[in-house]
Amino acid sequence: MARQSTFTPAYAVRTVAAWAVALLLFFPLGWLLLTAFKTELQAIAVPPELFFSPTLENFHEVQERSDYLHYAWNSVVTSVVSTLIGLAIAAPAAYAMAFHKGKRDKDILMWMLSTKMMPAVGALVPIYVLAQKSQLLDTQLALIIVFTLSNLPIMVWMLYSSFKEIPREILEAARMDGATLWQEATRVLLPLGMGGLASTGLLCLVLSWNEAFWSLNLSAAKGGTLATLIASYSSPEGLFWAKLSAASLMAIAPIVVFGWFSQKQLVQGLTFGAVK
Amino acid sequence: MNRPRLRPPSRLLPRLLLTPAVATLFLWMIVPLVMTIYFSVIRYNLMQPDQSGFVGLENFEYFVTDPSFTTSVINTIVLLGSVIAITVVVGVAIALLINEPFAGRGIVRVLLISPFFVMPTVNALLWKNMMMNPIYGVLAQVWAFFGATPIDWLTDLPLFSVIVMVSWQWLPFATLIFMTSLQSMDREQLEAARMDGASYGQQLRYLYLPHLGRSVAVVVMIELIFLLSIFAEIYTTTGGGPGDASTNVAFLIFKQALLNFDAGVASAGALFAVLLANIAAIFLIRMVGKNLDK
Repeated sequence: MARQSTFTPAYAVRTVAAWAVALLLFFPLGWLLLTAFKTELQAIAVPPELFFSPTLENFHEVQERSDYLHYAWNSVVTSVVSTLIGLAIAAPAAYAMAFHKGKRDKDILMWMLSTKMMPAVGALVPIYVLAQKSQLLDTQLALIIVFTLSNLPIMVWMLYSSFKEIPREILEAARMDGATLWQEATRVLLPLGMGGLASTGLLCLVLSWNEAFWSLNLSAAKGGTLATLIASYSSPEGLFWAKLSAASLMAIAPIVVFGWFSQKQLVQGLTFGAVK
Repeated sequence: MNRPRLRPPSRLLPRLLLTPAVATLFLWMIVPLVMTIYFSVIRYNLMQPDQSGFVGLENFEYFVTDPSFTTSVINTIVLLGSVIAITVVVGVAIALLINEPFAGRGIVRVLLISPFFVMPTVNALLWKNMMMNPIYGVLAQVWAFFGATPIDWLTDLPLFSVIVMVSWQWLPFATLIFMTSLQSMDREQLEAARMDGASYGQQLRYLYLPHLGRSVAVVVMIELIFLLSIFAEIYTTTGGGPGDASTNVAFLIFKQALLNFDAGVASAGALFAVLLANIAAIFLIRMVGKNLDK
């Protein structure tokens, strides 16, 4: 179809409306960004100051007061390691169900999804007790295990639905030619399934990075992630909005920027292949 | 398919490959479940370790007859229903708006998706302080600008405030799923309808909305999974209050477990939450199962 000339009244109206909606929804984040560079007094000024000379003071103070880097490191380690372990467990399962169909595959998939529906809080007391007994409370390892397991059903599902799109014939041909399982996986499946693996990994990174329930309940000063750090700023006394904003910005910036670059891949993956 | 094979396909390999995932998930499900069932029938208060013993269904009775219980069930349903309704309706509207080309579409897309990547604790603190604070918050100043009395959101409308925060977080997700779906629509069919003089309302009714059915199912499913036990937003803002006004089932169990140190009652509550999740799961699996059976 030929491209019609673009500038029409409808086009102009759409542009204005879409930008208005987008800016309105982005506003809280934009405000957070501004506040992070204000002094505490400017942060609560009435009416709000839109023009001010930015300061980096808050960022220094957050790092000094609560060792941002320590928590950030915990976030990086727990989310990356749990994603890698998760992929290593989920990919073989997804491969098995997508290319060696069995009678019970659908039951297994549904059962996996149903474990994800179980509210985390339902397992809180037992997991807390187990972590305490095995002296894993407030460690990275406890969070890695929990993140891996709670993301596993979603990972198997996403990988399964993306592997299913790969024509079976290609893998069968490789098998006929005498490829071993390892060759089939690394030379055929890996290149073809890269998109699915990437979007699954990306989503799990985001989910683990932002995970709050287990981080708040199983970790504190030693093994805590950025979610734990931010929650410690929720104390009711005192209005330290500028510092709070700086800490928040430092906590979300890595994953938001990461998300911007991977959003298309991510959204595609999250639809479980049900939306094209 | 009748194709020559060197050997009959063995079920051993797929079973072996499935085992790690199935086994770990099974443990992840069954160990806490068995422990929870055990804790729920004994007296188990972390602050009174000397008191123990079998108590039968006492913990269940205590949890269910707690006046907070009914409130928390209602709150859970209201929260879930409202967030799903808001994100689906507004999400469809925004997706329809940004489906056609306009200036700066790429940047608008990036702005729109951003809240989805914000961690729930930051989301909650951002709204609680900078947006909803009754004196210095942005909303209070907007209200004051128009001469209205600023609302103390978290005190007067706690559940609504939580709904706003959670919807803000999940709207981008719904919007982008709907947008992805709209882009796969049959352009020729749309052109034909327009040529035949179909109004925008008619196009919406007969073409756009039916096409979106499947993606609505996906959005509802994923939001149900993630929102059934919202916790961080409540924990960091209202703490479930005032009273029980914004306590959902997940938060009530948390209160029993870590604030009252009563692991027995918390476990009884947890089993109830599992029951609730299973009811939702059955409903969901029917819906999604139908949808995914292409």
